[in-house]
Amino acid sequence: MNDVIVIGCGPAGLSGAIACVTYGLKVTIMDEFMKPGGRLLGQLHQEPTGDWWNGIKVSEQLYQQALNLGVNIRCGVSVYNLEKEDQMWKVYTSIGTFEAPFLLLATGAAEYPIPVPGWTLPGVMSIGAAQVMTNVHRVQIGKKGIIIGANILSFAILKELQLAGITVNHVVLPEKNAFSQNAGVPEEVMKSLLNAAHLAPSPLLRFGSSFMKNNWIRKMGLTFYPKKGMKVNGTPLLLRKAAVEIIGEDQVEGVRVIDIDINGNPIPGTESTYEVDFVCIAGGLYPLAELASVAGCPFQFIPELGGHVPHHSESMETPLPGLFVAGNITGIESGKIAIAQGTIAGLSIVKHARKGNNSIDNQLQQAIQNVHSVRKQAIIKFNPDIELGRSKMNELWESLYVKNETPGKMTG
Amino acid sequence: MTRIIDHPVLGRLENRNVISFQFDGNSYQAYDGESIAAALLANGIRKLRVHEESGSPRGFYCNIGHCMECRVTVNDHSNVRACLTVVENDMIIQSGKQLPNLLKKGGQSNE
Ligand SMILES: Cc1cc2nc3c(=O)[nH]c(=O)nc-3n(C[C@H](O)[C@H](O)[C@H](O)COP(=O)(O)OP(=O)(O)OC[C@H]3O[C@@H](n4cnc5c(N)ncnc54)[C@H](O)[C@@H]3O)c2cc1C
Ligand code: FES
Repeated sequence: MNDVIVIGCGPAGLSGAIACVTYGLKVTIMDEFMKPGGRLLGQLHQEPTGDWWNGIKVSEQLYQQALNLGVNIRCGVSVYNLEKEDQMWKVYTSIGTFEAPFLLLATGAAEYPIPVPGWTLPGVMSIGAAQVMTNVHRVQIGKKGIIIGANILSFAILKELQLAGITVNHVVLPEKNAFSQNAGVPEEVMKSLLNAAHLAPSPLLRFGSSFMKNNWIRKMGLTFYPKKGMKVNGTPLLLRKAAVEIIGEDQVEGVRVIDIDINGNPIPGTESTYEVDFVCIAGGLYPLAELASVAGCPFQFIPELGGHVPHHSESMETPLPGLFVAGNITGIESGKIAIAQGTIAGLSIVKHARKGNNSIDNQLQQAIQNVHSVRKQAIIKFNPDIELGRSKMNELWESLYVKNETPGKMTG
Repeated sequence: MTRIIDHPVLGRLENRNVISFQFDGNSYQAYDGESIAAALLANGIRKLRVHEESGSPRGFYCNIGHCMECRVTVNDHSNVRACLTVVENDMIIQSGKQLPNLLKKGGQSNE
């Protein structure tokens, strides 16, 4: 029988499992993707040192380490429901029902869609889909394409597509509407891009986006933003054009764009069409937390964390006994932080299972400190106010679950 | 579409086993261990199904199992996600045509 079932074999799930198994707990990881590694698999960034953060390699190391320690890893298994019965969590999966007293949810993140008219045509995909097809499956997504949405993830993946020899002709914004919100407003987009550059000067190296270095842009603002865009590694970033429609018969053939003012309002009579055979939509990431919700975990909307997140403490426990979380399900951050959070969750489970020795509290504190320092050094920040988001959740936890101990909390 | 054989950082694609499968009655080749969606795209096929009501064409969207846009029928099992399912030798795949299990999408249509 399992002591712990981990759902999600990404960086958080793998490192959580490794921490648990190190203390003698019996652990199974389940993941619906065909390979271990989660979204780490497609990641490929150059560090300021010049070294590559190669997600495939990092995944392989974590996977081998987990296997060697005796973690049971099941890929290609989807989990669709969770229930608590007699102190045991029941995990309903595509291959049957499993039980364990402890669950670690490490289901990661999903992408916000931006429903540009025509977005259901074959050839239109999320930017993350392009990353996986390119770096994991190594299949070309097309001959020439366009990215709709200018944010840190779209630039990271633009670079990856370029590395793989895929031609991206333009990056444009989505049309301003209820779905795209600030992503359709050039001024806001520019602000957030500069913000990212300010907080992590090194993305300039990694994404080669020299335009972010240029102070004059900040001063002159978008009014004088060149019509032809500024090049990001050869691909023009058109901050003053928005995609109005994706066109094509049986698959993508082109994208109709229109000029927009700095507030995102279309300028009539400026429409044109770009011929492309693929389109990537970059709408940003949100925590994928459905399973926490079916388990009955309370949620809080914290925009800095990317959306609705399950209530959790700094040691990654939820208010539900035996249920722990780690990684992007708790807020959108980069892969290194997911690894560090997984360790916290694993040690927390060890502590609750009373398997740790006297030093477990110490180790837990160290693991928490480690997340803080990894975060400080993070090169990729999806939200510049991530620390604020994290402290909001900590305060919420303190106020709800620490001052007035709820009866069920200490069990499990 | 073609494969990305050489990559400046990830290296060269190693020779993998070639297998064959059927999609809508035609035979295609794939590499052992890859997803149905990847195998079809490598064969130039983007259209995985048509929308059950409007008949409009659909392909993969998220590529990691979240959106359900890539549903195909595999060896008579319908509503299989092409992006999560590994293609196998002699697999018979059909593009999604029949009525969807609307409950799977929480009762919402895809439009
Ligand atoms: C499309 C995409 C692209 C990204 N690109 C980058 C990037 O380039 N750089 C970067 O730093 N960060 C990127 N991120 C952020 C990324 O989420 C983190 O870097 C990190 O991978 C999070 O780790 P995790 O372990 O929390 O989740 P993940 O790595 O996402 O792993 C979660 C795993 O859980 C599995 N899973 C989810 N639900 C179920 C279920 N119901 N049943 C079974 N298995 C399930 C998934 O298949 C997945 O393998 C990206 C995120 C996404 C969604
Ligand atoms: S493409 Fe989204 S589920 Fe397969």
